[in-house]
Amino acid sequence: MASDAHRAIDAVWRIESAKLIAGLARMVRDVGLAEDLAQDALVAALERWPESGVPDNPGAWLMATAKHRAIDLLRRGARLEHKHEELGRDLLARQQLAVPELDAALDDHVGDDLLRLVFIACHPVLSTEARVALTLRLLGGLTTDEIARAFLVPEPTVAQRIVRAKRTLAEARVPFEVPRGAEFAARLSSVLEVLYLVFNEGYSATSGQDWMRPALCEDALRLGRILAELVPREPEVHGLVALMEIQASRLRARSGPSGEPVLLLDQDRARWDHVLVGRGLAALARAERLGGALGPYALQAAIAACHARARKPAETDWARIAALYDALAQLAPSPVVELNRAVAVAMAFGPAAGLEIVDALQAEPSLAAYHLLPSVRGELLARLGRRDEARAELERAAALTRNARERDLLLARAAACAREPAPPDPA
Amino acid sequence: MRFMILVKANKDSEAGVLPGEALLTEMGKYNEELAKAGVLLAGEGLQPSSKGARVRFSGARRTVIDGPFTETKELLAGFWLIQVKSLEEAIEWVKRSPNPFPGEESEIEIRQVFEAEDFGPELTPELREQERRLREQVAAKR
Repeated sequence: MASDAHRAIDAVWRIESAKLIAGLARMVRDVGLAEDLAQDALVAALERWPESGVPDNPGAWLMATAKHRAIDLLRRGARLEHKHEELGRDLLARQQLAVPELDAALDDHVGDDLLRLVFIACHPVLSTEARVALTLRLLGGLTTDEIARAFLVPEPTVAQRIVRAKRTLAEARVPFEVPRGAEFAARLSSVLEVLYLVFNEGYSATSGQDWMRPALCEDALRLGRILAELVPREPEVHGLVALMEIQASRLRARSGPSGEPVLLLDQDRARWDHVLVGRGLAALARAERLGGALGPYALQAAIAACHARARKPAETDWARIAALYDALAQLAPSPVVELNRAVAVAMAFGPAAGLEIVDALQAEPSLAAYHLLPSVRGELLARLGRRDEARAELERAAALTRNARERDLLLARAAACAREPAPPDPA
Repeated sequence: MRFMILVKANKDSEAGVLPGEALLTEMGKYNEELAKAGVLLAGEGLQPSSKGARVRFSGARRTVIDGPFTETKELLAGFWLIQVKSLEEAIEWVKRSPNPFPGEESEIEIRQVFEAEDFGPELTPELREQERRLREQVAAKR
């Protein structure tokens, strides 16, 4: 049946596309052209495989088909633009190599090529949105339609974004290579930022009806795990993977029966995914074993690990969490980190100590529209028994959030402040 | 979605015959490939059933039966837990596995792991609540 074959082809594409595009990009030195060639091979597969069946080595079939297309294209000169001329000769020269030799060479290079593709998709000449779209498309094997649905934007917008990104890369003559030296660290952190952005868009959707879009978390995690194998000696990559694994372990505990958010301390820990917790702790251990001071992702993972290790909320080591936030605030100071530190300090040393830090943030302009500031302040005030002030803060937080589910939760908390006595101070 | 990939046992695995060096190398490479693709969550080989046991349930009675067990085909020799987007992707990965028992016919079974989302709207809030309570009870009994 054709649709069975199409599903099988989808599966092969998901497994092979990144390697295919990466290998082709090294040959033709143009990511846009490489993707076009890979897409052509996919079209050929869609034509042939439903009748001939999926070949035994579908990845090799796709690569061979794409390579033939490349050669044809360059021989015919149909799309032989200026910039392609030279590499056309190069490509033809390469064809003189014995085929097995070439295949062996390709095999050896798979990891390097993938890594180059990661770096080019997250290149600083591109806008953040373009980096995200290109990474999901080239490395995650997602269609533009899937990316559009994940980010709740129209499909043509994503398609445009990708076309423009590829043009930008070509115009800027961005080389297909892994950056070296000091540039490597900066570029790697741009890659990690893109992956964590994708993860977070899935983990706490910034807009829309759904509180989470787990498929996006899975994509980010898969890409993170791939990256961790590509650059195994980079502690921050393991740190980010650890952070995402541990956060993802809570996905199914983070929403209640009717889809409303359930906060960390209220979650049913039996529903946490202990396979992912285990993987997260192992990834964190890997980051720590590589030595040196923990970076921002590893520190956040270490904080998440404190929660993951506590079987009950009361067993949480809040003093350690406060210390880790302290380290994080020194390494990557930001008002958001400071706000989180306030929460940890409140849990470890009482709500008054936490409120002191929060109050110092009140004048922070970057937090003026950030719903979590009044949300946290409201909770701390409630714990101190200042219920009227608490309710006002929680209502302000509800008015600021763009997530419908979260708004309901905040309004419910605000209403509870008016009714109930303040909950006992856990510290 | 997650799939449990189950490698069925055979006479050799039940006799505790360890795979040869060639197969171990191939399996190692395959596991590495799964890990590099970011799909491998867990995977282990299992000792022969002679080192295991069964607990038989009959009403309130529990009877312990020591291994080995004879019906080799129903036994397992190992498993992988993978995270992929579709059954087809799981099949595609399993087709790439080295033959676990090159000397004879064997099967690898692919089973999808249940997740609450699979029930979709069918899983009403009441059922979800019941499921939650069940999990709580299970956790409490551990």
